[in-house]
Order: sequence, then structure tokens, then C-alpha cells
Amino acid sequence: MDMLSIRKLHAGVAGKEILRGIDLEVRAGEVHAVMGPNGSGKSTLAQVLAGHPGFVVTGGEVLYEGRNLLEMPPEERARAGLFLAFQYPVEIPGVPNAEFLKAAVNAVREHRGLEELDAMEFLALLKEKMKLVDMDPAFMSRPVNEGFSGGEKKRNEILQMAVLEPRLAILDETDSGLDIDALRTVADGINRLRRPDNAIVLVTHYQRLLEYVTPDRVHVLSGGCIVKSGDRTLAHELEARGYEWLEASAEALPR
Amino acid sequence: MSSSGSQKIIEEFANRAYPYGFVSAVESDSTPPGLDEDIVRTISAKKSEPQFMLDWRLRAYRHWRTLERSAGEPRWANVRYPAIDYDKIVYYSAPKQKVAARLEDVDPEILRTFEKLGIPLDEQKRLSGVAVDAVFDSVSVGTTFKEKLGELGIIFCSFSEAVQEHPALVERYLGSVVPYTDNFYASLNSAVFSDGSFCYVPKGVRCPMELSTYFRINAAGSGQFERTLIVAEEGSYVSYLEGCTAPMRDENQLHAAVVELVAAEGAHIKYSTVQNWYAGDREGKGGIFNFVTKRGKCAGARSRISWTQVETGSAITWKYPSVILQGDGSVGEFYSVALTNNHQQADTGTKMIHIGKSTRSTIVSKGISAGHGSNTYRGLVKVLPRAVNARNYTQCDSMLLGSQCAAHTFPYIEVANRSAVVEHEASTRKISDEQLFYCKQRGLSGENAVSMIVNGFCKEIFRNLPMEFAVEATRLLSVSLEGGVG
Repeated sequence: MDMLSIRKLHAGVAGKEILRGIDLEVRAGEVHAVMGPNGSGKSTLAQVLAGHPGFVVTGGEVLYEGRNLLEMPPEERARAGLFLAFQYPVEIPGVPNAEFLKAAVNAVREHRGLEELDAMEFLALLKEKMKLVDMDPAFMSRPVNEGFSGGEKKRNEILQMAVLEPRLAILDETDSGLDIDALRTVADGINRLRRPDNAIVLVTHYQRLLEYVTPDRVHVLSGGCIVKSGDRTLAHELEARGYEWLEASAEALPR
Repeated sequence: MSSSGSQKIIEEFANRAYPYGFVSAVESDSTPPGLDEDIVRTISAKKSEPQFMLDWRLRAYRHWRTLERSAGEPRWANVRYPAIDYDKIVYYSAPKQKVAARLEDVDPEILRTFEKLGIPLDEQKRLSGVAVDAVFDSVSVGTTFKEKLGELGIIFCSFSEAVQEHPALVERYLGSVVPYTDNFYASLNSAVFSDGSFCYVPKGVRCPMELSTYFRINAAGSGQFERTLIVAEEGSYVSYLEGCTAPMRDENQLHAAVVELVAAEGAHIKYSTVQNWYAGDREGKGGIFNFVTKRGKCAGARSRISWTQVETGSAITWKYPSVILQGDGSVGEFYSVALTNNHQQADTGTKMIHIGKSTRSTIVSKGISAGHGSNTYRGLVKVLPRAVNARNYTQCDSMLLGSQCAAHTFPYIEVANRSAVVEHEASTRKISDEQLFYCKQRGLSGENAVSMIVNGFCKEIFRNLPMEFAVEATRLLSVSLEGGVG
């Protein structure tokens, strides 16, 4: 069974359609890359899947592990194992990173019928996961994302992903704004979380992340539609030729 | 995020019943409603007070009567409430049973009430190391750890007991910081106060435990007039905790307490409050009117007084814990969280009066408004001519949850010395839809997300509370917020 099945998804903000009929199938164990030029709807797709209330779904359906995803409130999607690594992680002043993450872990565990982790158990888990993303333990007592550099925020997203162990992780431009070392760390973190029973959707503008994380499928989004899908070689082709040659075909698609 | 999403959470959040609304069935020994000199004499007589106390009460009463007949109660605060009929208030009510010497002798009904509030006295005695002077209505019913404190020369007892056992200290310090002429409510309190707490820490002694009082308003229709006096002698230190819950009521209850602190040279008094009196129902009916005068005097050089308060209860709060910085190099601090939900109104802040040289004060105020709540910060920083090199830093942050609530800031700054440095920062914010979505995407419910964000907003205040109080405050804030976000 598909983990994620998107059919003819239309969505946008009030009065403006951004996604115009997306079809996408993601199976457990797969890594998909969704690429495309700025404004093509990549981030909108990620946000709509996570349930951002600022977007309105106007048509189509999305099944997540057989359930109607669009009917689930965002927190329920998260508890069911859908994780979004934000392009612009939000700052929460005064709330220590560790406290936030512990609350998140326990919300997810409660949903799965597991016992809450106590402080000691949580710290042990956190310590182990922090090694994955090469983060200074001092970050755990700092407020969520407050005063973090761009790279630190992205690492923090990967750390959260590592701790929450999602079934389906959607990474929205997690590679943007990272220097090469940070990019490697982030890619490393993603690769370690790659397992036969979970899936990852990488939303990205550039193919450089894909040099470190090899996708099973690559999709090109343009004008709110997927205009081309292929294997990893498609990413190289995009790198060489740019997006323009595909945008022409987007114009030709039925609306 | 669409405003409807957060609106909904906020509405759900704001609709919670007060969990401590119950009335215990202890018989009361009360004076008839209304106030005249005879009532004042009765109160003093019931408490077998020495002459100086009666004289002081009568002076206060006469002054109050003059105020009552002329200007009446103060009207400058940014709060609205129906007129209080002072003739309908019962000014004295005491549980009928005598003050118990041992915990076992305490009326079991009272002990059960404490248990409902989560304050098992004997548990506290045994486990927590917190000495509890529990005020049940107007008479103290149990004072613990007295012997241990006594070994260090620390006096911690009910005010009535202090009047009997340590009259010289009471006579010397009572009214020395808040004179009976100070304001309408302070005058009223001075005339009729029934009990409260007294604490004296001798020279050089560091009080080894947090001293704690739980207030609880009980007898129906009775005003509650507490009096607290804390004196810290040279080089001493004491941390005092005050926390309250009250049973649900139909009619408004007036509470006009007075707290006086005196810090001698090098002494440090830390006074922490978590206030959770009944705030009224969702329409704002029936809550406590909390008109309190709290003031500390840094009498000696390098003395320090710190007020930390978490105000989540009461229908109306009118309260300005202040510090008179008289000693050179003395320090005054005010850390406050005030939350108003439903129809609660709070006008609260502080006064820092810089008299001595190189005196310093810090004010950090966090106001949270939810539902139809109205939150006002009112603060005065006054630097007198002699106060060379005075420093003040003030930070006022407001958080608005929803579109029906209000936040106001009235900072008054009066500087009469050119060397003073006074800073004021203020901010107003909302919980952003992006923050809420971010939290939900990590699996948190909307309610937990709001509570976490608000607690984060208050972090720097909670840091100043003793550990066990900080935990309680965090929980209280979450409970008080429920249904208030919109």
C-alpha cells in the first residue's frame, strides 16, 4: 500500500490557486525529491500536506496510510507520524528546546499508546539523537530557534525529526542557506533516518542536497503541476539544463 | 494561519470552571455587618489586644470614615465594578473553635479543606521543609516549624500572636511602611484587620527554609483584611511565599490586605506570591475584589527587596507592590505576571522610590490578556534629588490572546537628579499563527501550544520564584488560560 497518495490535489490561498492538480504516490522505504523553480508551489504542497490552515484545499484527495489526510487536524497528522521540517523554523521565546521537544515526543507517544518518557529517559534519547546532527548540547536549554543561525535552525529541524521518528518526513528546502559542512551534516542525518518502513519527501530548489541523499524518484513541479517525473538522473538533467525547458510543457498541461 | 483556527482554540481554552469552588461548613463567629467604632472595639477586644493596638485601629477607622465621607474609594485605576456597600460587609469572622496547639487538634473540616486545595499541612511539615502559617478566614489555625525557627531566633507566627507575644516589635514596625493614612483600603485594613502573618529575622540570620502562608477566603459575605509584617534585621535573609485559592461565590468579596516589609542594612527579603482567587464566572460575576497595598522599605544601606508575583485570579486586582529605596546602594525588584481571562480586570504594577544614593531598581512586568480580560500596568519610578546615580530598568511586555481583550501601560517617571539613568522598554505581542502551527505540527494540541508559548513568555518571571512555586505557577497559568484564547 502507498504511504502517501495524492490525487488531483488543488489548493491555494483565498482567491488564488497555487496547486493545480497534483498527483503523487510515495511508498514506504522511498525517498522522493520534489524540485521546481521559485513559485512553482513546492512549499505550498509541503504546507498543505502538514495542514497549514492558511491554505484552502479546493479539490482532490490525499490518503496517508489509507486515511483521508485532509480531514485530519494538523496535530493529528503529526501524531500519526507526518513530520514537516520547516523552511523557516519558528522562534518560540522562553521555551527551552528540550522542553518543547519533550512535549512533542510525549504527545506523539500518547497517541501511539506508549507511556510518557520521563525526564531521564528523554535526556538519554536526546543525547543519542544529538550526535546525529552534531549539535552542541547547549542548544537544548536555549529557547526554540531563538537567536539560532540559519544553519542551526535547520539542524534543529533534523534533530526534531530524529527524535520524533516520523513515518513520513517532508523536508521543505532544508538545504537552502546551508554551507557545505552543514549541508553534509543535514544530509547525514537524513540518510541515517532512511528506513524500509518510512518515507521522505525532499522539497528543494537545487540538486546539491541530492548529491548526498540519493532519491528514488525525482518530480519537477512547475505552475502548480508535476510536469515531469523520473529517477535520480532527472536531477542532474535539471542541474545542466535549468527549469525553462519544463516550464513550456507546464503551459501545455490541461488545467 | 486563518484567524478562525486560533479563535477556536482560544475559545475552547477560555471556558473552564474554577476547580477550587467549594465552601466548607465550619461554623463562624462573626460581628454583624457594617462598621463603626464599636465594631473596631469588638475586634480588638476579641483579640485581647493591648491599648496601643486599639488606639491605632481607632485612628485608622476615623481617618477611613473621613475618606469614605469625602472622596470615597480611589477611582483612578483602570477598572470598573459596582459600588461596594461597606455597611453590608462583615468585618470580623473567625472559625468558632479555638486556635489549635497541635495539628491533631485542628478542626478536621479545615484540614479537609486544605487537602482539597492540595495543601496537606502535615505532609508539608514532614516532606517539604516549608513552614506553613495557614490562614483560614481570619484566624491562623496551624503554625509549623516554629521550634526549629525559634532556635535561630526567627519569629514566624500569626499577627494576633505577635501582638500578644512581641508587642514591642509590632508597635515599632506596624504602619512604619504603610501608614494607616496611606490610602482608602489601607486605612480600612488598619482599622479592622483580623489576622495575618508576622515574621522577624534577627541580625545575621539566614532563614533556612521558605516561609509560606496560604490564604483562603471562606465565610460568606465577609471581607478579608489580612495584615503581614516582615522585618529583616541587619545582614539577614528571608524568602516568603504567599499563595491563595478561594471557594466559588455568588457575590463579590472585598479583599483589602496590607503587607509591610522592612529590610535593615544588607538584609534581603524575597516575597513571592501566587494569587488564584476566584475570578468570577465566565460573565465576570461573583469574583474577588483584590485591593491590596504592598510595600517594602529598604531602610538600610545595601538592603534588597524583591517582589515576585503571579496574578491569575480575582475579578479585579488593584495592587502595586512597591519599594522605598532609602538606604544607599539598596536594590528593589519587581517581577510580575498578571493574567486576565474572561471578564477579569487587573490594574497592577509597582512603585520604585529612589531616595538613597546609588539605588537600583528593576521592573519586569508581563501582562497576558485573554477572553474579555483587561490588563493594565501602572508603574512609578521616582528619583528624588538626593538619589545620586540611581538606576532603573523597566520592561513591560503585553501578550494579547484574541480580539476582545485589552492591554494598557501607564508608566510614570519622575526624575529629580541629573545623574539618574532610567530605562523603559515595552512590547506588545500576540501568539502568531505560525507559532501555533509549528507546535501543532510537532503533535501538540492547540491548548498545550498556547499554554507553552505563554509560559515561555513568562519564563524570566518564573525563574525568580522558588522551585516548588514555579511549578505551581506554570500549572496555574495553563489552567487559568483555558478557554481564554481567541
